[in-house]
Amino acid sequence: MDFDLTADEKRFRDEVRAFLAEQLPSLEERKKIGPAFFPEWWRKIREKRWVGFDWPKECGGGGGTIMEQYVLKQEMLAARAPGLGRDYTGLGWVGPAIIQFGNDEQKARYLPDILDSKSAWCTGYSEPGVGSDLAALACRAVLDGNEYVVNGQKTWTSMAHTGTGLYCMVRTDPDVPKHDGISCLLIDLSSPGIEVRPIESFAGDHFAHLYNDVFFRDVRVPAANRVGEEGEGWEIICSALERERSGIAEVNRHHEALERLFKLAAQSRIAGRPALESAVLRRRLAAFDARIEAARLNGLRSLTRQVRDENTQSDSSINKLHNCNLLVEMAETGMELLGGASPYLGDTEASLYKGRWQIGALGWPTTVIGGGTPNVQKNIIAERMLGLPKD
Amino acid sequence: MNFGFTQEQEELRSQLRRFLDERAPMGEVRRISETEEGFCRALWKEMAELGFLGLTIPEALGGSGLAWVDLVVLLEETGRSLLPSPLLSHTLASAALIQAGNEAQQQQWLPRLADGSSIGTLAFLEDSDSLAAENIKLIGQPDGAGLRLAGQKRCVMDPEAADFFVVAFRRGEGERDLRLAIVEADAPGVSAQAFPMIDATKRMGNLELDDVHISEEAILSGSASGASDFERLLDAGALAAAAEMGGAVDEALRITVEYTKQRIQFDRPIGQYQGVKHPLAEMYVDAESFKSLVYYGAWCFDNRPDELPRYASLAKAYATEAFVRTGIDSIQLHGAMGFTTAQDIQLYFKRSKWARPIFGDAETHYERIVAMRGL
Repeated sequence: MDFDLTADEKRFRDEVRAFLAEQLPSLEERKKIGPAFFPEWWRKIREKRWVGFDWPKECGGGGGTIMEQYVLKQEMLAARAPGLGRDYTGLGWVGPAIIQFGNDEQKARYLPDILDSKSAWCTGYSEPGVGSDLAALACRAVLDGNEYVVNGQKTWTSMAHTGTGLYCMVRTDPDVPKHDGISCLLIDLSSPGIEVRPIESFAGDHFAHLYNDVFFRDVRVPAANRVGEEGEGWEIICSALERERSGIAEVNRHHEALERLFKLAAQSRIAGRPALESAVLRRRLAAFDARIEAARLNGLRSLTRQVRDENTQSDSSINKLHNCNLLVEMAETGMELLGGASPYLGDTEASLYKGRWQIGALGWPTTVIGGGTPNVQKNIIAERMLGLPKD
Repeated sequence: MNFGFTQEQEELRSQLRRFLDERAPMGEVRRISETEEGFCRALWKEMAELGFLGLTIPEALGGSGLAWVDLVVLLEETGRSLLPSPLLSHTLASAALIQAGNEAQQQQWLPRLADGSSIGTLAFLEDSDSLAAENIKLIGQPDGAGLRLAGQKRCVMDPEAADFFVVAFRRGEGERDLRLAIVEADAPGVSAQAFPMIDATKRMGNLELDDVHISEEAILSGSASGASDFERLLDAGALAAAAEMGGAVDEALRITVEYTKQRIQFDRPIGQYQGVKHPLAEMYVDAESFKSLVYYGAWCFDNRPDELPRYASLAKAYATEAFVRTGIDSIQLHGAMGFTTAQDIQLYFKRSKWARPIFGDAETHYERIVAMRGL
């Protein structure tokens, strides 16, 4: 066990730091430059091969080791740099699915745009009748000559209203066991027959438009856009879910939230007395600290398991459970500290602190429900790590 | 960076496991815990011969000169077996001498600790039931060429097995005046008594110091600030206790999982019901989480001493909450069977009662974490 960086890792960290010191404008300067800042930034880090840093070099990626990826992300987060590329979904799992399961033509056609921050992929998994039981998906694709004809609906599709393409799981064979009849299509979101409708969240206008329903009516998709073989969709899904563990040791967001909570506590009163005099509150805040640190160190242990090719199959579930509980409980603690101001919505003199705590207390479902509910994560842990029978 | 155990550490773990499975299976643990002494001297001697008692003691003094991360492996495995032994006391008495003993003191005691011929323990806590340095009130009064100690220490681990006690006392009111001294069990005026415990695998009780004379040579010279030695030993204690708890929680969980796989109700193993599965998954997450804190804390002990206090407290606080909850939940998941002496799970439940206050409960450590922020 050695939590210090190796000489090589240190050298890489220094390279990243030097680059950031030289190339990353301050937050104020960035505001002045405006939206033009982003394409320029993405171009620069693309040149360093830090966009798709975890992808193999021959696919245009950086070929970074697992520890180097961790170092790079930590330095970027510490410097408050924007994300490593625009196409989060493309970089995270659509590109890797194409690299692993796609053909050369697909690689040449899609990968450069992802790396150059030109595309914006969306994920088509969930359907109205399909949430936790993803393999039961019903959106139908029927082969007609060299095209598939797609009919059905996807839901909870993040950013489909601004995206360029949909990485979409469809049922190509309804007559085999449900896991075996799924295929993966890459669908241009401007194809005729696609309708995108926003889903209104309960936080209303105070929450940025994120989710959509996507309807397909006789949408024609070239068969050349199928990734992998017919029926290989489930394997692609599983492989993508595995990849979710890459950000597993990142708790920067929680650290920041805890600091904000301590600050809020220092400014608040409980039952007329300074909040920080409450032993109950102090214990609760310290317990958040313990769980955030545990999540970080669990993540670091998982990185080493990844390096050593050991069993990591429930690591992301453990991570997700921590994240969910922390998000909800920290938001609720903030609401308690706001006291009488907590029921107000929006930025008014009544809501305090621009109404941000209230939005936090309404906004957590995006993280907590997306990617599998806490109860599903517990099933995964119980079945995979403890060997308990499936229900 | 590397956040896993080395191959040598994994080998140490399997060696320990084979040894404990063979020499201290649960029937033997029960038998030993019911004996007068509460531990097995023959087994202790064997552990010394296998090198388990000298892991962190320097090689020149009869040990292996390893790190606290290695020690964690030992404590996890003995914790998993609920081995009745003075190992935790021994570990901390060794740490006291390694850290604060002068050459003569180390020469005198460390080889005897490593070969198992002497057993040491810490005697810190007093009536205040608080381990804060300012609550150590025992005064060393000038007495000829040494000091005289008169008072009582509480919650001393293995009081009757110990050949010597590392006693915390003061020479005055200041921070630097908190000192540690070796008090031998057979010195005039020293008496120790163990009391019945919920957890019979652990022994604990009082140390009475009835005008005990100690020489200057018995006082650990230590660092300039006596309080910093004292604090570091408390951190070591919290961390070592949490490491033992890691092994115990793992095993309590394993036993409960096995039980829920074979217990059939309504034609299904109860482990198939989510009402049973989910608390088990939560136990697993908590166990892995506090063990991560223990591992990092143990690494800090040798590599980042300035971070030790924070991580020792985070580890012990989280471990305490998790173990207490695991103890209760695992009994409940055994149903009425959990209430019988026939099941081993009750022994782990009882261990959680022992582990809660030792070197500070969750409340104490959480409060310390907030206080470290200057709040």
